[in-house]
Amino acid sequence: MSDKVDERSNDFPDLGQLAEPEKNIVSDMLLRGLKISPAWLALSLLFWGVDGLASSAYGLGLIFANFVFAAAFLTWAGRISLGALMFAALGGFILRLAFLTVAVIAFSKIGVFAPIPLAITIIVSHLGLLVWETRYVSISLAYPGLRPSQMRQRNRKEIK
Amino acid sequence: MIDLLAQADNALDGLKAVGAGLGYGLAAIGPGVGIGLVVGNAITAMARQPESAGMVRTTMFLGIAFTEALALIGFVVFILLNFA
Repeated sequence: MSDKVDERSNDFPDLGQLAEPEKNIVSDMLLRGLKISPAWLALSLLFWGVDGLASSAYGLGLIFANFVFAAAFLTWAGRISLGALMFAALGGFILRLAFLTVAVIAFSKIGVFAPIPLAITIIVSHLGLLVWETRYVSISLAYPGLRPSQMRQRNRKEIK
Repeated sequence: MIDLLAQADNALDGLKAVGAGLGYGLAAIGPGVGIGLVVGNAITAMARQPESAGMVRTTMFLGIAFTEALALIGFVVFILLNFA
């Protein structure tokens, strides 16, 4: 009987690991973004010069900060209550848009501001990172056994 | 005549700024509604099945970010209209 209970309990996802998934998602996205950003910055330098490079770097920084702030705010609110989560999602959306607007208007006063590379970087990096992450998350949700942590455990067992 | 043209040019610049601001504001309404729907339904799901809260929150976070992309498109149009 106890063996059956133990077997069943192993089928459940690790709730401790899933309790605050935003952190994992954003850290994955940041790692991927950091891997890709040198190539994107080099392209920006090639097409738009130093101004383009600076604007693209600033755009990437804004998008990374936007994701980090969203995850931090939702994680903080998730620890309080579901109502706070709703508040954080909607209030955070407005706050982040205000932050982006103020940041871009402040940057536009600087000489190296180039609007087109900044605009392209904001859209491409936001959507690109999301689509990239969604592919990974889709695989994990549909096939939990493919989650990297589980794969690592399985590989360790096979090696032993 | 030249004064009139200069005034018209200033008025056009002003209208462009007003249009950019209006466009940005209008573009943020849809994602606001969308995020409300995503989070509202996610909270209902978490209240019904607390054991699947992790998966629901993962999907919710991605849903919020995708919906926010629409507002970012409005933001980019604002940047291009105002600064390009």
